[in-house]
Amino acid sequence: MSKKILIADDEQNIVISVEFLMKREGYTVSVAGDGEAALAKIREEKPDLVLLDVMMPKKNGFDVCQEVRADPAFAGTRILMLTARGRDTEVAKGLALGADGYMSKPFSTKDLVDKVRELLG
Amino acid sequence: MQKSTLTGQRLVAVFLVGCILFNYPVLSLFDRVATLFDLPLVFAYLFGAWGGLILLMAWVVERRSDQRTERSGG
Amino acid sequence: MLQGPVVIAVSFLYLALLFAVAYWGDKRADAGRSIISNPTIYALSMAVYCTTWTYYGSVGRAAVTGVGFLPIYLGPTLVMTLGGFLLLKMIRTAKANRITSIADFIASRYGKSQLLGGLVTVIAVIGIVPYIALQLKAVASSYDLIVGYPALIAPAESGSSIFADTTFYIALILATFTILFGTRHLDATERHEGMVAAVALESVVKLMAFGAVGLFVTFGLYGGIGDLFARAMSDPQLAKLTAVASGSRSYATWFSLTLLAGLAILFLPRQFQVTVVENVSEAQLKRAIWLFPLYLLLINLFVLPIALGGLMRFAGQGVDADTFVLTLPMSAQQELLALLVFVGGLSAATGMVIVETIALSTMVCNDLVMPLLLRTKTLALHTERDLSGLLLSIRRGAIVLILLLGYLYFRLAGDAYALVGIGLISFSAVAQFAPAMIGGMYWRGGTRNGALAGLLAGFAVWAYTLLLPSFSKSGWLPASFISDGLFGITLLKPHQLFGLAGLDDISHCLFWSFAANIGAYVVVSLLRAPTAAEASQATQFVDALKTTRPVGSALWRGSADAADLVALVGRFLGPVRAETAFASYARRHGLADPSKLEADADLVHYAEMLLAGAIGSASARAMVASVAKEEPLSLPEVMNILDEASQLRSYSRELERKSRELEAATGELKAANEQLLEVDRLKDDFMASVSHELRTPLTSIRAFSEILRDDPKTALPERERFLGIIVSETERLTRLVNQILDMAKIESGNAEWLVEDVDLNSVVEQSMAATSQLFRDKGVALSLDLASSVPLIRGDRDRLMQVVINLLSNAVKFVPPNDGRVTVRLMADNDSLRVSVTDNGPGIRLEDQAVIFDRFRQGGDAMTSKPTGTGLGLPISRKIVEYFGGKLWVESEPGQGASFIFSLPLNNNENGTNE
Repeated sequence: MSKKILIADDEQNIVISVEFLMKREGYTVSVAGDGEAALAKIREEKPDLVLLDVMMPKKNGFDVCQEVRADPAFAGTRILMLTARGRDTEVAKGLALGADGYMSKPFSTKDLVDKVRELLG
Repeated sequence: MQKSTLTGQRLVAVFLVGCILFNYPVLSLFDRVATLFDLPLVFAYLFGAWGGLILLMAWVVERRSDQRTERSGG
Repeated sequence: MLQGPVVIAVSFLYLALLFAVAYWGDKRADAGRSIISNPTIYALSMAVYCTTWTYYGSVGRAAVTGVGFLPIYLGPTLVMTLGGFLLLKMIRTAKANRITSIADFIASRYGKSQLLGGLVTVIAVIGIVPYIALQLKAVASSYDLIVGYPALIAPAESGSSIFADTTFYIALILATFTILFGTRHLDATERHEGMVAAVALESVVKLMAFGAVGLFVTFGLYGGIGDLFARAMSDPQLAKLTAVASGSRSYATWFSLTLLAGLAILFLPRQFQVTVVENVSEAQLKRAIWLFPLYLLLINLFVLPIALGGLMRFAGQGVDADTFVLTLPMSAQQELLALLVFVGGLSAATGMVIVETIALSTMVCNDLVMPLLLRTKTLALHTERDLSGLLLSIRRGAIVLILLLGYLYFRLAGDAYALVGIGLISFSAVAQFAPAMIGGMYWRGGTRNGALAGLLAGFAVWAYTLLLPSFSKSGWLPASFISDGLFGITLLKPHQLFGLAGLDDISHCLFWSFAANIGAYVVVSLLRAPTAAEASQATQFVDALKTTRPVGSALWRGSADAADLVALVGRFLGPVRAETAFASYARRHGLADPSKLEADADLVHYAEMLLAGAIGSASARAMVASVAKEEPLSLPEVMNILDEASQLRSYSRELERKSRELEAATGELKAANEQLLEVDRLKDDFMASVSHELRTPLTSIRAFSEILRDDPKTALPERERFLGIIVSETERLTRLVNQILDMAKIESGNAEWLVEDVDLNSVVEQSMAATSQLFRDKGVALSLDLASSVPLIRGDRDRLMQVVINLLSNAVKFVPPNDGRVTVRLMADNDSLRVSVTDNGPGIRLEDQAVIFDRFRQGGDAMTSKPTGTGLGLPISRKIVEYFGGKLWVESEPGQGASFIFSLPLNNNENGTNE
């Protein structure tokens, strides 16, 4: 059975592109448009990997990450953070909150795919 | 002494006062045959002014030095 | 009891007492318990100023001019008020440079010039000789008077041979005594503590003796001060003496004498000796400033009463008024009092002669004889190991010579003048030092040549107008010299030089000599810039009172051998003293063994200072140069060193002020820093926002581009969709970049504005037309409520349209599809036009209302979907409105829709009031 990936981003066009990429790799994909929706989907669908945007309405990526890591039930859930604010402090903050990886936008699709494979491999 | 410029300025002031008191024209005001307390006027004036000047000098110099001792002691 | 042997015995007993005091004073000094460090003793020693001139002569002068004797004491009183500056500066300079005489002071100031030191010495000796003659004359005549008792007029003595002349023996006795006092020490550098103690005692004795006569005359011969004056005033002749005497000539004389005496107290060699050289600590000066003038006042209190008393008592008897102090007690058969008066006069004379000749002999030895001797080869070579004995012999010889010169002057000219007249000749001579001294202490530009020229010119005029006439009056020069002038030329009459009449001799000399002296000093000094040596000394003297100044060693460069230096100093100070001195120097520098001393600039300077104390600064410099190889500093180098020192000084002065300013600045900085941090944070936020806004579309563009590149077999519909996204994201990017540039232009003031008369109605209509497609797409109703006509305003049509379009497209973004409503209104009131865009969207939370006008701050979180747009529309709109002096704001209640309103003033002439 294929691994499940949740894409949480409020930028419609980015979601479309990443969804296309993940599906092409054979993963099962679901989508959330804001932080709260993302949390709900994680609880409901228990994805193996979350591609989590930082700047989202209602609840930002950092908060989502923190809540997920606070729940032992999701200890196995991998989190790859994506952000357009590519500052070092943000990277450090994300990793400190328990993210498994970090990618700056814009990213190379190849790098993204490799990273996802590595995390799920 | 040179550090306390106030003392210095006071002494210069005393000097100027002295220069004025002991010379023409102020001197000429007292320069006539007359007496004051049984003394010739100009004699009484000169010695009076002279004594006053010395008192002033002593006051300026000694007073100031007391203050300085206090300050340097503190 | 007033027979010769008794008087002589009493005199010698008194001198023996003085000697005992001096001996005791020296012993105390050797034991380190200086008696003269007492400020009262210091002030009393300054009273060496009061000589027999004061003691006998003041009464003589008062008998002729009334209060005219007083300027001689008022001048010093006035100068003492400046003692805190002038004397302090002299004392500190002298100590720093080991200066032992006024000749040394002047020589040292002008680049350690031997020539200048010699000239000052010659002037001082020639100028002071009449003054010493005066003392001899006074002692001799008082002795003749007292042994002639009960006669009140001494027999004429002139014409007798030298060996029958009392005065000659008095000169010899005083010379012996001075040698005992002043050159008893084997080393010549010490100060003379014992002598100072003796002089202080003499000051007490002469004051007491004079006071005793004064009291006796006032209360013994007359019925008190009131009675004495009342009787005198009843005589019109005597009454005149109680006034200065009218007429400008008297006041001119009065002023001249005040000035002369004021300069004399500074520059008489003996005053320089007791005030500067013998000064133990600067703190002593404080009491002297008022105590010395007080002494002068006391000793003069009875002068006029004694003079008037004598004039009344001896009317018509031909008694010399200069002798009243002695003859009044004698006439009343007060033998004991007369003897006391004689001893008092002896005190006044011996005190003056001892100190003056010691001072002069030091000058003669150090500044005249030694430089000459050191030039001759025998001495310059190291043939004689110890020269300290020679130094003492020279000084002793000088003392005898000076006293004999005094005697010679007494024989030649002594009888022609009253005591005071002779004294004033000397005062006028030493006054010639004033320009070089005072100029040297306060003016850096004075040069050696200037000082030489000034001194020579002043001295020549003095000699011509005062000294030579004194010889003429005594018949030694023809009388026609005074009455007809040199070679019979009227303009050269010594008392009316160049026809200047109407002044007394002294004022006349003072005017011409000072004119020549100061003129030559200044003019010649200004002919060339100071040399390196002059400049370095000038700074040490002028800046003597400043806290940091260059030490002498900073201005020396070269090489030397320590052993040579010790040997050199030993030659003049004696080997023992030299070794002690260098051992203590070594200890101060942390070395146990003086032989390990390095001959650096400090040591050379120390050696020179030691020598300067013994042989004067000019000779010391020459001697040190003979054993040390000095590399002369150039003037620019000296100036550099001095500049550094003066910079250091001004630094330290400003340090205090700076630290205060710093405190204030720190506070301001803290505030500014906080502000900066805030600005920085905002800028960081802005950069992060820009980064985010740019990266987001770039992410989509890159992702789809790579997808298309990597997989050329993508299905056509997908390919078209992806390409469509790429294009729209590119447009978004373009829009964003444009707006960022727009914003930056407006903020930096570089935006171009096309200002013209604008009809706002048409602006609104055109904007609605431009956005109508958006409304139609979303099914939003747009209604318009325009005023029928509004005044034109000045503005940029396109920019204003940009604002309205922005507000309209914002509104359409937030209203619900299909039943959304947007209303545009244009209203005019008295002084402004107002445009509002009202929607029925979700409204804006109160906390968001302020921030939506910030860059990249979109009313975000509450909304279900992220608003499209750059986040720069409202900030740009606000900038545009504000540029034309207007305002843009929002009124909204959540759930009730929002109104964006801007108003523009009608009278905003031209353009922005907000630049």
